[in-house]
Amino acid sequence: MESDTKPDTQPEMKSEMKSGSNFEKILKAGHFAFTGELGPPRGCNVEHIKEKASFLKGNVDMVNITDNQTAMVRMSSWAAAIILMGEGLEPNYQMVCRDRNRLAMQADLLGAYAHGLRNILCLSGDHQQFGDHPFSKGVFDIDSMQLVAMVKKMRDEGKFLGGADIDQPPKMFIGAAANPFAEPFEWRVHRLAKKIEAGADFIQTQCVYNMEKIREWIKQANDMGLTEKTYILPGVTPMKSIGMARYMQSKVPGMDVPDEIIKRLRGVNRKKVADEGIAIACEQIEEFKEMKGVAGVHMMAIEWEHKVPEIAERAKVLPRPEV
Amino acid sequence: MVKAERKPIEEIKDAINGYEKVLVTGCGGCVSVCLVGGQREVNELNAQLNIYLKNENIEKQLDGYTVERQCNDQFLEELEPKIDNYDCLLSMACGAGVQNLAKRFPKIPVFPVVNTVSIGIDKDIGMYEERCRACGHCVLGYTGGICPVTRCSKGLFNGPCGGTNNECCEVSQEIPCAWLDIFNRLKAQDRLDDIKKIYVPMEWHNQTPRTIIQEPYEKRYSV
Repeated sequence: MESDTKPDTQPEMKSEMKSGSNFEKILKAGHFAFTGELGPPRGCNVEHIKEKASFLKGNVDMVNITDNQTAMVRMSSWAAAIILMGEGLEPNYQMVCRDRNRLAMQADLLGAYAHGLRNILCLSGDHQQFGDHPFSKGVFDIDSMQLVAMVKKMRDEGKFLGGADIDQPPKMFIGAAANPFAEPFEWRVHRLAKKIEAGADFIQTQCVYNMEKIREWIKQANDMGLTEKTYILPGVTPMKSIGMARYMQSKVPGMDVPDEIIKRLRGVNRKKVADEGIAIACEQIEEFKEMKGVAGVHMMAIEWEHKVPEIAERAKVLPRPEV
Repeated sequence: MVKAERKPIEEIKDAINGYEKVLVTGCGGCVSVCLVGGQREVNELNAQLNIYLKNENIEKQLDGYTVERQCNDQFLEELEPKIDNYDCLLSMACGAGVQNLAKRFPKIPVFPVVNTVSIGIDKDIGMYEERCRACGHCVLGYTGGICPVTRCSKGLFNGPCGGTNNECCEVSQEIPCAWLDIFNRLKAQDRLDDIKKIYVPMEWHNQTPRTIIQEPYEKRYSV
């Protein structure tokens, strides 16, 4: 088995565990992390979660549980995360600012921690206009930056945002998102710096297709010393079809899909397109393994969870380390 | 100033259904400036309603009268002698004006003609853009004179989010990304350091009905 440690790129945060989550331990042990994603069902279908989880188990270190993604109502992320935990997987509890105010956020956080959740990803959330309740009132009481800072304050100071003491504070490993591909590019690394200053222990990025740009962004982060303060996991989503690639290129805001990707998918036999999509993803992962400042990869196999075992195998990230 | 747009004629027609004598009350304030609720628009609405009513063979008396501003009781005085002649009032004013009119004459039903949309600017004749949500805690000094509460669809204080799309908001290609504009303006002014700081959670001051007393008048209203 080839070595998956990269001692030269690890942030200087080894001393003390902040949450003690499996994911945190893996990162702090210097392993190249591999995380997955699972969208809760549009209903109470527990079996659906368990089935998806079965494909992820043993193949990823942590599973992001999305929070009403694309502003469509789904089972709440904390609830689906608890079910996932019952399946022996570690969740990354996603929380968006769109659907709840600071009271509800803090309350959910207490409940989530009490039930054993240890990782959180703080997000703004897609605008409600995209979803199936387009005229709902978007909350956005606080933004994702302020959410990161709030979770950190709860953890490190043991205080609510309002200042009162918490009786047994939640100790979360705090994540935030970054999209290096959205304008203005020049500002994106500074926004990353702000998120780290707010308290982001780790960063998962938007799906990466433009490798040139992510190289540049990571280089900027390296130069500013940011990769020593946080763990960065670029997002990778294999293309299932040419239609998906074109949709991602033209319809998904903030997504940067270079024409070469589409050209490459078009260049193979129709039956081999999905296979080529996975091949591209694996090449990306290989490059990320060697890239200074990158601590792992976040695999977003959207509605393609059953392919994760194959992807993990081909990306040579198995077996996952035990820590 | 306050910007408003007229409700669909069907909705206005439904509101006055069953009332015979109707006074359409214009307002010479903001709604007059944004060409939706002044004397001219009162006349236009009445002409339009009369055509509808005629087509449907409905008899109604529709009159029009415009006061200086409906958001001040003093300007409503002149309506006092007329009110008893009507079964209902249609108010062309903004939400504040409608409420003030309804409070001043509580025995008579008052129906709004316009939807109050925003505090905005005149983009061109008859074209207005929202600029302020009256949040009560102005941050424009920090954001280069571009309001993140109003112009960012998510009201972010530490933007831009990851949805900036062809220089526009993820919501629409018609809406410029406020935070991209904030970035560009502050960059041009060499003030990017301002937004490198984390802006702390907003203290929302618009969560209860607000009354303000300007400082020079504080004594006058203190008990």
